[in-house]
Amino acid sequence: MHHTLVALVEDKPGVLNRVASLFRRRNFNIESLTVGRTAEPGVSRMTIVIDSDQASAERVTAYLYKLVNVLQVEDLGLVPAVARDLALVKVAVAGHDRAALLRVVDETRAHIVDSGEQTMTLEITGEPPHVDAVISRLEPLGIIEMVRTGQVAMRRGDTALSAAQAS
Amino acid sequence: MAAPSGRLASMPTRTGAQIIWECLVHEGVHTVFGYPGGAILPAYDAMLDYPVRHVLVRHEQGATHMADGFARAGGGVGVAVATSGPGATNMVTGIATAMMDSSPIVCITGQVPGKLIGYDAFQETDITGITLPITKHSYLVTRVDDIMPAMKEAFHLAISGRPGPVLVDITKDAQQASTDWRWDPSPVKLRGYRPNRPVTREALLKAAELIRRSQRPVILAGQGVIQGGATTQLLALAERIDAPIAMTLLGLGGVPASHPLNLGMMGMHGEAWVNHAIQEADLLLAFGMRFDDRVTGNTKTYAPHARKIHVDIDPSEINKNVVCDAAIVGDLRETLVDLVEVLEPADHAPWVSYIDSMKGDAAVRDIQALPDTGHLYAAHVINDIWRITGGNAVVVTDVGQHQMWEAQYYHHESPRTLITSGGLGTMGFAVPAAIGAKIARPDAEVWAIVGDGGFQMTQAELTTAAQEGVKINIAIINNGYLGMVRQWQEFFYERRYAATPLRSPDFVKLADAHGLEGLRVEKRSEVLGAVERARAAEGTVLIDFRVEQEDSVYPMVPAGADLDAMIRRPEPTVLAETGADPT
Ligand SMILES: Cc1ncc(C[n+]2csc(CCOP(=O)(O)OP(=O)(O)O)c2C)c(N)n1
Ligand SMILES: [Mg+2]
Repeated sequence: MHHTLVALVEDKPGVLNRVASLFRRRNFNIESLTVGRTAEPGVSRMTIVIDSDQASAERVTAYLYKLVNVLQVEDLGLVPAVARDLALVKVAVAGHDRAALLRVVDETRAHIVDSGEQTMTLEITGEPPHVDAVISRLEPLGIIEMVRTGQVAMRRGDTALSAAQAS
Repeated sequence: MAAPSGRLASMPTRTGAQIIWECLVHEGVHTVFGYPGGAILPAYDAMLDYPVRHVLVRHEQGATHMADGFARAGGGVGVAVATSGPGATNMVTGIATAMMDSSPIVCITGQVPGKLIGYDAFQETDITGITLPITKHSYLVTRVDDIMPAMKEAFHLAISGRPGPVLVDITKDAQQASTDWRWDPSPVKLRGYRPNRPVTREALLKAAELIRRSQRPVILAGQGVIQGGATTQLLALAERIDAPIAMTLLGLGGVPASHPLNLGMMGMHGEAWVNHAIQEADLLLAFGMRFDDRVTGNTKTYAPHARKIHVDIDPSEINKNVVCDAAIVGDLRETLVDLVEVLEPADHAPWVSYIDSMKGDAAVRDIQALPDTGHLYAAHVINDIWRITGGNAVVVTDVGQHQMWEAQYYHHESPRTLITSGGLGTMGFAVPAAIGAKIARPDAEVWAIVGDGGFQMTQAELTTAAQEGVKINIAIINNGYLGMVRQWQEFFYERRYAATPLRSPDFVKLADAHGLEGLRVEKRSEVLGAVERARAAEGTVLIDFRVEQEDSVYPMVPAGADLDAMIRRPEPTVLAETGADPT
């Protein structure tokens, strides 16, 4: 089962290393990990997706809290949440049906962000399963290069996760 | 930095090196254990102007174990100092040892100048990287103004909550730089650090309800009882609910061995009745222990009839090894006081006397009950040391068979009188940790009980004891083998003694070479005299006890087996005749 954990951390040197090292050392597999700024100065936000059972997700949460630089942790698997993943995919256009590619673009709300003589680069954004589905439709057309950001996520509704909650 | 100029003018100027010692003095540190080198040289130079004793070790591993022994014996923070590169990497084993046993030490290392970091400079090592998984926290300090905050936070983190080792790596240029400086007495605030959570009433009442319903309770007491200063409170609860107490290795001393509710040590080499009691209990009350695999055996069959209440200061221990029915996260002493308040007195006489009845069977096989055949057994030696010291010495053990015999045959009456590497099982721990313990508690009688193998791992620290004039008593339990490994080979590898027979130097001559007294004991009748002689001597005395070579520690739960599936000591008659264990 996938668990999406969000951690608000102090923006200090080595914090990413501490978090990543924790998952390695405790033998958890990270599916994706993203880091970025938050609205609050000095606080970064990590979104970590792991494949584990509920008990293990709880263990990881407790271990994360043991890190001195971790301020808040939330398991978004336990609450309604929106999740987004972004992929850039370079697809071959030469030598086959350009119309087929444009049909996929059209039907999946992908964006063409660049086009060259031999390739076209698409941006796909959405819930991770949506991004997976689009990619599997592009595969037969010939994917030349691909990058995914990994998932970011946020709780639905008015409740906000804030480092100020950390006591 | 943004201070008004008037204040700045009144602030004295200090180098980073001086600030390190200023901070140590403000933290109440009077002794550090260390070894100098290039990257820490500015700090060593400044040291001469501060009222801090420096104990020159012979290997930086020794410094960390001394700091660890100092912390465990005295209850404060131990400090170890080393240079960059090899000095820092030599600390790794000691840091890991302290981490596994939650021992509060602060390690200060020099680092190459900031502008050289990342260029593979001479003696550059990424020591914060190397020690990241084995420290509670660590700092790489590259600016002189960051030294005080890092030092203050390091001491706060080391000792608060669940204690542990903290490393502060300080670049040479930060030590050399000067700044306007004054001690900041304000308490440390760390946004993301919550060492002590308040106990919720709900959790407390749930635990109390389980206790009320229990007919066969057993208390499991770990090192948290000692570190949380909760001995009296634990006894108050045990007496109130009439529950016997089993202890982990690190929990020994947490309650007096002579207390009628004390059962003794649980686990792999725990007494048979203790493990049986746990397996038959209907409630386990775990206080400040972590259900290590050495105490549970097979977790699938562990205490199958028991509800489990787990009280620990570290939330990540809850449901980690053993799933519990009620959990309380928070300060142990307060929790125990609250529990006593909400609970009515209970009486479990039938259960307690049932456990008592199981002891008889074990006593028959007790090696102490054997007539003196002239053979010297480790158990005799340790039991005699216990009797002669009245159970009041601080005993520091190494790792191996002698460590388990110590736990079985030295009955500790008070907290912080057994110091041993439990979690990591670090051979070489005893002698340096005993030196640290003696410095923390100069009035205490300190014994290092150490194997012939482990002694040789850090025997260089004997020289440290001699140079520093630290008086400890060293009992080498010399069985000519890496005994514990030999025992596993005997039980599980058809007695194929690969790499376990051990040749040692003449330990008495070794002591003599240091200007220390060395004694050799080969018969049981000689134990008493030698121990008394060591106690009376002013300096460190080393006793080479030549014990039975192929004795084994019983009972034994093989790794991963059910807790009550113990290998028991063979019948005493056979043992007495041959002097060795038949298989
Ligand atoms: C540093 C280290 N290396 C190896 C081991 C594995 N080990 C555990 S007990 C033991 C034997 C210890 O022999 P000795 O010090 O003579 O003590 P004895 O068991 O004979 O009492 C060994 C090698 C260890 N615990 N620590
Ligand atoms: Mg030995």
